[in-house]
Amino acid sequence: MSNAVTALNGAEARDGIATITEVALQGMITLRGDLASKPVAKAVKAAAGVAVPKPGTAAVVGDSGVCWMSPDELLILCPYDTVAETVAQMNDTLAGVHALVADVSDARASFRVAGPAAREVMAKLAPVDLHPDAFAPGMFRRTRMAQVPAAFWMPDTDSFQIVCFRSQAQYMFDLLKVAAQKGSGVSVFQ
Amino acid sequence: MSTRLATGGRRLNRDAGVRFSFNGQSLKGVEGDTLASALLANDQMLVGRSFKYHRPRGIVAAGPEEPNALVNLGQDAAFEPNQRATTTELFDGLTATSQNHWPSLEFDVGAINAKLSRFMPAGFYYKMFIHPRPLWKHVYEPFIRQAAGLGKAPKGRDGDTYEHFYAHCDVLVVGGGIAGLTAAKAAADSGARVLIVEQTAHWGGRAPVDGGTVDGLPVDKVVDDLVSALRDMDNVTMRLRMMGAGVYDHGYVLGYERLTDHAPDLDGPRHRLWRIRAGHTITATGAIERPLSFAGNDVPGVMLAGAVRDYVVDYGVSVGDRTVVVTNNDDAYRTAIALNAAGLSVPVILDARVPSVDSPLMAQAKAAGIRVMMGHGVAKVLGGKRVTGVAVCAQAGEGAVLEEIACDAVAMSGGWSPVVHLWSHCGGKLVWDTQFAMFRPDVDKSPLGADGAPFVSAAGAANGHFGLAEILGDAHAMGQGAARRTGHTPAKSAAPAGDSIEEAPMLPVWLMPQGASRALRSKAWLDYQNDVKVSDVQLAAQEGFESVEHAKRYTTLGMATDQGKLSNINGLAILSDALNQPIPQTGTTTFRPPYTPISMGAIGGEARGDVFQPIRRTPMHNWHDQNGADWEPVGQWRRPYAYVRAGESTHDAVMRETRNVRENLGLLDASTLGKLVVKGPDAGKFLDMLYTNMMSTLKPGKCRYGLMCDENGFLIDDGVVARIDDQTFLCHTTTGGAERIHGHMEEWLQTEWWDWQVYVANVTEQYAQVAVVGPNARKALEALGGMDVSREGLGFMEWADGTLGGFDVRAYRISFSGELSYEIAVRASEGQAFWDALMAVGADLGVMPYGTEALHILRAEKGFIMIGDETDGTVIPQDLGLHWALSKKKDDYLGKRAHLRSHMADPERWKLVGLETLDGSTLPDGAYAVAQGTNANGQRNMQGRVTSSYHSPNLNKGIAMGLVLHGPDRMGEVIDFPGTDGTVYKARIVSPVFYDPDGEKQNV
Repeated sequence: MSNAVTALNGAEARDGIATITEVALQGMITLRGDLASKPVAKAVKAAAGVAVPKPGTAAVVGDSGVCWMSPDELLILCPYDTVAETVAQMNDTLAGVHALVADVSDARASFRVAGPAAREVMAKLAPVDLHPDAFAPGMFRRTRMAQVPAAFWMPDTDSFQIVCFRSQAQYMFDLLKVAAQKGSGVSVFQ
Repeated sequence: MSTRLATGGRRLNRDAGVRFSFNGQSLKGVEGDTLASALLANDQMLVGRSFKYHRPRGIVAAGPEEPNALVNLGQDAAFEPNQRATTTELFDGLTATSQNHWPSLEFDVGAINAKLSRFMPAGFYYKMFIHPRPLWKHVYEPFIRQAAGLGKAPKGRDGDTYEHFYAHCDVLVVGGGIAGLTAAKAAADSGARVLIVEQTAHWGGRAPVDGGTVDGLPVDKVVDDLVSALRDMDNVTMRLRMMGAGVYDHGYVLGYERLTDHAPDLDGPRHRLWRIRAGHTITATGAIERPLSFAGNDVPGVMLAGAVRDYVVDYGVSVGDRTVVVTNNDDAYRTAIALNAAGLSVPVILDARVPSVDSPLMAQAKAAGIRVMMGHGVAKVLGGKRVTGVAVCAQAGEGAVLEEIACDAVAMSGGWSPVVHLWSHCGGKLVWDTQFAMFRPDVDKSPLGADGAPFVSAAGAANGHFGLAEILGDAHAMGQGAARRTGHTPAKSAAPAGDSIEEAPMLPVWLMPQGASRALRSKAWLDYQNDVKVSDVQLAAQEGFESVEHAKRYTTLGMATDQGKLSNINGLAILSDALNQPIPQTGTTTFRPPYTPISMGAIGGEARGDVFQPIRRTPMHNWHDQNGADWEPVGQWRRPYAYVRAGESTHDAVMRETRNVRENLGLLDASTLGKLVVKGPDAGKFLDMLYTNMMSTLKPGKCRYGLMCDENGFLIDDGVVARIDDQTFLCHTTTGGAERIHGHMEEWLQTEWWDWQVYVANVTEQYAQVAVVGPNARKALEALGGMDVSREGLGFMEWADGTLGGFDVRAYRISFSGELSYEIAVRASEGQAFWDALMAVGADLGVMPYGTEALHILRAEKGFIMIGDETDGTVIPQDLGLHWALSKKKDDYLGKRAHLRSHMADPERWKLVGLETLDGSTLPDGAYAVAQGTNANGQRNMQGRVTSSYHSPNLNKGIAMGLVLHGPDRMGEVIDFPGTDGTVYKARIVSPVFYDPDGEKQNV
């Protein structure tokens, strides 16, 4: 619907050592269930076109995909305007199965941190080993960034996509701007 | 005189002059100087006054162990006190002022304390000021506080920024001297990821100053080669100006990187705190030279022998024309030889030892024509603000002066102590080494990781090895060992071969001369920064402070900002001697992080200003802000307390909003309330356990208010539960309760009821929720158009999905105000648009947004409790008259058994009532009601307290709720609430429901 807006109306910052942009509304669905079960695999395949990912990984192409959140939780990504039908479809597939499907698209904000220094900006905020040998596209991490919970993956080798709670979008954006401030390059990953 | 030599100074770029100021005086240094070397080059030996006696003090060291040369650095937003001149790199425009003196450094009134020093021994303050007791708080302490302290506190905000950085590596090497570089290379050759950090701006440490060869090459060349080899390796990260500050459990190490201290004009943060996870840490932190304890060892011009050597070799600075060297070991001979080579005079080397044959270094000094007096030492130093000479005595005697020798500097060496701080931080033990009279790391008692294996190794001088050959061998082995411990296979390689000059054994000398008189001992300083002398430690021992930890606190030995880097070992040797026990039996005090002080800014990192803490904002936050919101923090959320209009006070706004809800239409942003989806075949059973009342019988489409207790029976949350379908419930929590109750549910599901089929998801932020409240609420929703919101279509305590004004909504017919009320949930992304739509249709219906204070007053008028006001973690439902919400049909629920405990069932528990002042005024919130008599402590007995209190504009009087002894049985009784303003408030006990007790207004 045309009334829907992101938390920061697509804010961006380009004058630091990495560019920071708020990502457009993204369909997100929480799925809790038995990840080893056939109905879950079927629901995931139907919703995102991929298999259930292994722990610590994500299979994301564009705005569709699946991220591993915990031993009994996945995050399904889909285009924002198809969320309702995807949720309904998943609920159909999982009818009679003990599982929980919840639309959380509007509970979240997404940011993109891009540029050769993106890894360093992230490593200032998240207690994660971001060495290229340790974290690369295809991986997914649920963690903390400074004082708030967050999750991220790498759409390509020079950028990160971050998901956080919508209420903390301004904090996250301000935080990333501080971490990307001019002259703050660390020069450890290049 | 200290001065700059015409030649020398390996760290200097003499072509680049640097201007700086000290105490307002403009001085010149050169690029590569530290502030200390530049001050010495300008003959500024006197740099401060001591803490207690205000004695003149000069530079003693050349590194982080410096106790005296602390300065106020910078101005205004860049001001910082207590900065060590020896570790401050000089830059153009640096401004420094000396500390702890008044009115000036040269003439200081506080120096009178020095004359009184006989009367101010250890424990002086404790003994002097204990009686009479009240004087301490009101007279002595304020006075002492004024006089105490080293630097000044900054006045303004810090103008710099700071940050953290999370780093991971297999092997962390702390210390970039020859040992650290060698260990790093040995580890890196295995392919391990290596991070090596060095606190100064230079690689190589002491080795280039002390000289020697490695595999036939000069050691400074070897350092350069190692540095360039490491730089070329992809698996190695090298950082200068970064100190290993502390070692913690699980391989966690803090690194303190100083980015712009040496170049304030650079962009970016000033300091960066590295939060490192290392598989294995090697501490190659070197060693610190010990002073000798002789009378007058604090007179400016008395310095550590190694530092005197550093200033000549590294900075081309002579600390004096004539330098007397006094030592108990061979290393100080290197200083004499270096000074001699620089063309400076060394009148004598006083060596406390009496060796049978000369060691190579002794022979070299003698061959250079330097006079050496074996078995001799310093009786006392002559001079006040500057050394003018030394009185020589026999070390074996009591200090009879044999000869006076004129000099302007004294280079002393009492031997070397390995820097074991980082080794010790996480439990590494020490062993006493009798050969070098020092504590060294005990390799059999290393700091152990979670797997029981050592996770820290010491290498080189930090491990008690001093010859170049021993250092390199140890460092190479430790580097390979660290690689092995982190799962790598070290390359087959031999340690680089260093040459070690054979040295004569050192002689432990803890007091010079060994039989020094009381007068001499009273001028022999142990701790320069806190002014502790040999006589003070001896007095402490005599007075029974036998534990080293007690003696430390009684004398303040080692408690200054340098944490006893120079003083501790000498102090505990004196203590051991006084107690007549061996040094290892006395032991050391505890080494705690950080190694040297780190900035508060670095600890805070990015968390300041806008990002000091995460503030949570609802989708309508900006609208509230633009419409006069006076913010109230609720957890990390900000909620409008009231919307204040021009010309209104906040109180006026609250009154207006409260009235308007009852008369017209109010909108409340209720988005912050927690929303938890609970789903599964066992969801009903689960909620029956969590809530005190029955939830499993709730029909889909219906809502029920519920109470939650913890297992001890205390109220922890409340809220409305809506049954969505057979297996799905939506539980509303308080604003502050969403994450906490979510965690509470998960904990029970994961630990106790793991076999129940229930999933929980926190969907709080998915929805913007607006309470539409007041007589015009239905009209407003009907004006939006869409779903049926009529009395019949959506009854009280029902919910339905539908559309309103084109928005997909879930509408709940629930009321926390006693008015006709709906809470409408829409997608958060559409929250603002929905709010705008409501404001538009409400324009003709008297709509006003209202804040949390109006919400509170409205609920208090109705006698509804609020978690956090009526409850404080000690209140149970029975206290609040909520028996109706305690199911008697259920076998069990959390808190049920606890409620049976005798204290919980005690009829003496205070119970909820309403309170009304006799004169209509408002009771002070939190006031206590007094009863007759006093308790065992002589305090007035109490019989109740106010839990909520407001002025109600709808009833035009003060209304309150409170917990009162036997309250419900005492209706109409008047009790006294003394206020803090001296007034006694008289209040009548009444029903807590002040407004519309029959609930007619919400049922329309």
